[in-house]
Amino acid sequence: MNDPIITINGLNKTYEGGFQALTHIDLTIQRGEIFALLGPNGAGKTTLISVVCGLVNPTAGHVLVDGFDNITHYRQARERIGLVPQELTNEAFETVWNTVSFSRGLFGNAPNPAHIEKVLKSLALWDKRNNRLMTLSGGMKRRVLIAKALSHEPRILFLDEPTAGVDVELRRDMWEVVRQLRDNGVTIILTTHYIEEAEEMADRIGVINRGELVLVEEKAALMSKLGSKQLTLNLHSPLAEIPANLQRFELSLAAEGYELIYTYDGSQEEDGHAISELLTALEREGVTFKDLNTRQSSLEDIFVDLVKERA
Amino acid sequence: MNLHPVRAIYMAEMARTRRTLLQSIVSPVISTSLYFVVFGAAIGSRISEVNGVSYGAFIVPGLIMLMLLTQSVSNASFGIFFPKFSGSIYELLSAPISHLEIVIGYVGAAASKSILLGAIILATSGLFVPLEIAHPFWMLFFLVLTAVTFSLLGFIIGIWADGFDRLQLVPLLVITPLTFLGGSFYSIDMLPPFWQTITLANPVVYLVSGFRWSFYGISDVSLAASVGMIALFLAACLVAIGWIFRTGYRLKP
Repeated sequence: MNDPIITINGLNKTYEGGFQALTHIDLTIQRGEIFALLGPNGAGKTTLISVVCGLVNPTAGHVLVDGFDNITHYRQARERIGLVPQELTNEAFETVWNTVSFSRGLFGNAPNPAHIEKVLKSLALWDKRNNRLMTLSGGMKRRVLIAKALSHEPRILFLDEPTAGVDVELRRDMWEVVRQLRDNGVTIILTTHYIEEAEEMADRIGVINRGELVLVEEKAALMSKLGSKQLTLNLHSPLAEIPANLQRFELSLAAEGYELIYTYDGSQEEDGHAISELLTALEREGVTFKDLNTRQSSLEDIFVDLVKERA
Repeated sequence: MNLHPVRAIYMAEMARTRRTLLQSIVSPVISTSLYFVVFGAAIGSRISEVNGVSYGAFIVPGLIMLMLLTQSVSNASFGIFFPKFSGSIYELLSAPISHLEIVIGYVGAAASKSILLGAIILATSGLFVPLEIAHPFWMLFFLVLTAVTFSLLGFIIGIWADGFDRLQLVPLLVITPLTFLGGSFYSIDMLPPFWQTITLANPVVYLVSGFRWSFYGISDVSLAASVGMIALFLAACLVAIGWIFRTGYRLKP
């Protein structure tokens, strides 16, 4: 797949006080993908999104949106983008219907009540269409921001911390909405603190730390490349130490010798053989177990490792 | 130019006016009526005619100008300040809309509201004093141009202000005193010569004078000076707004 919809070249941003928020960012977002941007607080995620959307002036570098420079051809670039900001910012006294219709007009489109109705229904906001924004819950306000961003039928949707402060049920509903959007051809770029969110939804993942893009990788490849697996055996009797004949396996003991942990690289085919060999060797040594489980390192583990490495 | 975003901003701002009808329309009308009662009827009855015009009628253009200036500035400044304050300005800045379209939307709405108010106050004043408009075209010219120019000034203040206190600063400490001292309630030839000269440095004098001339054909300064002053104001505001958008001052870091 090589059909870039956003191309970022050599992007730098230094704020007035001298703080360098972005350092030479090169990034390509492919059409139709869900790209998750991960990073700790203050890493530069929101600044990067803000530069692409035209909210922050870059110090150096270029951004092309569907082939259009986002500064010299800002109209063509921006009409393709919908932005859902991190903060719950809205006109408190407006109704849901009016504020979403306003957004459509602001982005240069003729009124289209049928489209607004479709968007509101897809976000379960239809019943609230005549409610003032100030009367809505936080989760509903977040949905309104998404509805506003979708009101002008964008091809690219930026979601900056879309599920921050949203309860689990609503979060899953939102993931479903995002998936539906992707199925309809919308490219999604999301920043999140919830690694689970990126793990659940993203096709590719970028990790940003201290203004630098440290890694961009397919999620599956990233997890198999950097993620290790662990097999934990709960033993009948504790072991004081690893038996000599088992030293060739990468084993460790935990829970006062009651747990034998085997760490292996889940992506290699030979690992399957190694597990069989380990189990045979254990039987030979008379080590018996009552239970076993395996665990793959999550994106969170990978992320924490990456950020720690660069700190 | 794309008219959809201009219309969206304009209609949203006018909707805000409708939502706050009491504050937006009724309140200025009541306060202007109070001026008529106090200065026109109560005190005015004891003041002789000014340049052949009864005092009550004389202050009508000044009162409309006072309201026009303060309302234009406060409407336009609040219109752009509130999205900044609430954070919803992100939408305006990320929209495919030119600076000119933004200004036309916000300033157009603020100026429309002021002009509407001016018309209402003009009609209200007709209930208190006999009115005549000698030069209706010029009256409209000054009404519209003053509303637009001071709405532009309000837009600048709204961008500059970083808190509600600053939003009120210029209207309270600059606009209102300049208008009161700008001949709204008197002709400047009633002042001692020294103060007449000082008063000529007050730009509002030229606006009030031109506007009053359109009503009664009497003025403190020449029509050309009045037109020149409003044109100068307009140009200065346009230059300042151009600079704001070019640099992203208080809008884009």
